[in-house]
Amino acid sequence: MSALLTVEDLSVTFQTPRGPVHAVRGVSFELGRERLGIVGESGSGKSQTGRALLRLSANNAKVSAKRMEFDGADLLAISERQMRDIRGARISMIMQDPRYSLNPVITVGEQITEAYLIHASASRVEARDHALEMLRTVQIREPEKVFDLYPHQVSGGMGQRVMIAMMLIPEPDIIIADEPTSALDVTVQLQVLALLDDMVRERGMGLILISHDLNLVASFCDRVLVMYGGRVVEVLEAGQLASARHPYTRGLLNCLPELDRPQDVLPVLDRDPAWLD
Amino acid sequence: MTTTAARRDTFALPRWIWTIGNTVLTLVLTFVGLTAVTFAIGRVMPADPVLAIIGDRASNEVYERVYLEMGLDRPIYEQYFRYLGELLSGDLGMSIMTARPVLTDIAIFFPATLELATIATLIGVFIGIPMGVLAAVNQGRWIDHVVRVFGLIGYSVPVFWLGMVGLLIFYGNLGWVGGPGRIEPYYDGIVDTVTGIILIDAAMADEWDVFWDAVSHLILPSAILGSFALAYIARMTRSFMLDQLSQEYVLTARVKGASELAVIWKHAFRNVLVQLITIIGLTYASLLEGSVLTETVFSWPGIGQYITTSLFNADMNAVLGGTIVVGACFIGINMLSDMLYKLVDPRARA
Amino acid sequence: MSETTGETGMRAWLLSASPQSVTQARCQRAYLGWLAFRTNPIAMTGLIIVVVLVLAAIFAPLITSGDGLTPALENRLQPASATNWFGTDQLGRDIYDRIVWGSRITLYIVALVSIIVVPIGLIIGTVAGYMGGWVDNVLMRLTDIFLAFPRLILALALVAALGPGLENAVLAIALTTWSPYARIARAEVLTIRKSEFIMAAEAQGASTVRILRKHVVPLCLASVIVRLTLDMAGIILTAAGLGFLGLGAQPPTPEWGAMIATGRPFLLDQWWVPTVPGIAIFVVSLGFCLLGDGLRDVLDPKSAGP
Repeated sequence: MSALLTVEDLSVTFQTPRGPVHAVRGVSFELGRERLGIVGESGSGKSQTGRALLRLSANNAKVSAKRMEFDGADLLAISERQMRDIRGARISMIMQDPRYSLNPVITVGEQITEAYLIHASASRVEARDHALEMLRTVQIREPEKVFDLYPHQVSGGMGQRVMIAMMLIPEPDIIIADEPTSALDVTVQLQVLALLDDMVRERGMGLILISHDLNLVASFCDRVLVMYGGRVVEVLEAGQLASARHPYTRGLLNCLPELDRPQDVLPVLDRDPAWLD
Repeated sequence: MTTTAARRDTFALPRWIWTIGNTVLTLVLTFVGLTAVTFAIGRVMPADPVLAIIGDRASNEVYERVYLEMGLDRPIYEQYFRYLGELLSGDLGMSIMTARPVLTDIAIFFPATLELATIATLIGVFIGIPMGVLAAVNQGRWIDHVVRVFGLIGYSVPVFWLGMVGLLIFYGNLGWVGGPGRIEPYYDGIVDTVTGIILIDAAMADEWDVFWDAVSHLILPSAILGSFALAYIARMTRSFMLDQLSQEYVLTARVKGASELAVIWKHAFRNVLVQLITIIGLTYASLLEGSVLTETVFSWPGIGQYITTSLFNADMNAVLGGTIVVGACFIGINMLSDMLYKLVDPRARA
Repeated sequence: MSETTGETGMRAWLLSASPQSVTQARCQRAYLGWLAFRTNPIAMTGLIIVVVLVLAAIFAPLITSGDGLTPALENRLQPASATNWFGTDQLGRDIYDRIVWGSRITLYIVALVSIIVVPIGLIIGTVAGYMGGWVDNVLMRLTDIFLAFPRLILALALVAALGPGLENAVLAIALTTWSPYARIARAEVLTIRKSEFIMAAEAQGASTVRILRKHVVPLCLASVIVRLTLDMAGIILTAAGLGFLGLGAQPPTPEWGAMIATGRPFLLDQWWVPTVPGIAIFVVSLGFCLLGDGLRDVLDPKSAGP
């Protein structure tokens, strides 16, 4: 499998009044048309890695890397204009909470249509048909009705389906899903994730699934990067969670309660500053 | 959430009826409050309300007659209700200064104020909003500092002084604009008063000389009055915009590959505009009443000047009548912008 | 940083991680606020302007050559010179002296409005927020009514009834200014009413009045001070405007707005007569604006928006 995306030694540093904060330190990975999971606790740099790929880090962030290439294009060197052609059309991102990530004063339909029209030369009518089709694909029952709703009028699960429809409509090569289900009710989490999984498989896209939930990621992805303190501490094949060696990964696995093996006390994660070196 | 929804269901009335009902109630209460204050100012506070109206040179018979006419022998609440009834039937009393009903006077003077405040607000909106957006988008750069400092200056400068100095420079020294008043005296009476707004009347009568003369007189006072509106609107736009630009939906738009222009104007600004409606309403209302000082400096025959002139002639009916009309407009515009906001924001509509 | 080397006793006490007393904790908060404030040049400019105003008012007798009231007709309408820094007015009075004496009036207005507006706003707002129910409803309706009043016009009408004069002008301004403070105080109360330290105080049997006075009011004070400083520019401008219309302080009092009005006929030939007081008003309201902006960033970061 040829690599679509190659990242080598990626670092993201924030300049703050209290001095620099290193959010991501020397992360490297390759991605083909496969599903890659990135797991870590909050502040481990997993979301910042995702944003850096789209060059959408905050203004006070400094991003550097030995190599950050997508399909032959050097993501750090190309112009902002070229980058905009990549965003959405080639690499897209699904955000955590549809309550915040959808524009509150624009209808759902218009937001999806916009995503399509930015990259395709099509008439508004064609774009509308396309968007309705997409809404159907993400299993929304009355697409015509939902099309004219505002984001606050749809449920969280439906909002996230809308988000998926919007991000997949330009048919990107890679989709980054940043905690796509953690803001949703437990009952719809798996549905939404399964939907995303189906669509990614059907279209043969690469997926980067960012989450704090190791088991969830392992069940959906081919490979898992475990991040801690801005570094990748371990890379695992999904089937081989049990063979994880790094103490942090083991800690993540052990702190989950299991139905078939009840524990009285769940262990607390140990953190060793030496891991950061 | 669920409990309030359930409670609404038991009343079985749509939410917008509640919203409108509540707004109307506030409107009525505020108006009653305003009239209570003007009533207190006119009838309760002066040592002798009769003297306040007829002046101290009137004869005893006149005094007696006015005393009874005003119902001052009745209990205070009865006097208030009578006063309210008169107001609602449009009776604001007679002006001593002009010997006309106050309402007639106001109809003559009010359009000039309306014209001035409207143009000033438009200046504030069409210059202030782009300035605020520009500042927010370039946060921390020089253009942002320029807008902030400009905003603070517009906030702190006394308009009556600025008007004086502006008149000296642009009319006196440079001759770029017309002088005090609405038009040159030799244009007086050429155009029939229809709306009372000279720009419209002149345009309708096809008298373009008068029109341009009126523009040259209007431009300086409205620019100076507008500088406050501009400062306020620019400042609020900047802070709303900064707030919106940090929202996650802006990131979503960028992820889609939207251009920076689309991110700013289509996504962020649409949200800002919703908030700005209230601010623009507030500005318009405060300019209507704040034009008093500008009118004095520019001899602008508006309601503000009417009130101040009446004040110095101890013409209490005129002062209070003007206060009520301006106050009612002030309240009305604020409520209207509040309702408009609820209509435009999809979240408030529901 | 270099501060670690110069850690003197006072500084160490102010920055210690575990304050020993309430006083120390308060001083620390103030000190940290001051450190943040100091780095903000805009806010410091504002502070300097306000401090200069206060000093000018206090030391007016020492830094002026006269009372600014006695006419000296032989010396009228002189341009700026070494003896008369800002020139003289139509009665030959030194404009610099009058400006300095006028700073007392400006401060008097500022102080008077504050001591009327803040207690009224705080009392109505805290009572409404703390009691809730119909009390809240009634008080907030009242606040809304006053909030919707046209300030300047109502001030005009009030002065018309009470007669021109500085105190009446201040009273008129105060009457239309208190309502936003009630809103601020109520909002603060609502957020802290349910907090645990209030419940703790209630559990200890503290009376409502005591809770309001000792716990709730101090917490509202920061936002109220910020708002007051930001409002000050508007208050000074309104007072000056009333003075300009002849409804505020009466001549020969060196009130800046009235000075502009009496100097107005001389604008064309002796421009400095009405211009200097205008600049004084501008500088002082700008000072309060800048100070308020800075204070908001330090004291009340959560409302850093509008």
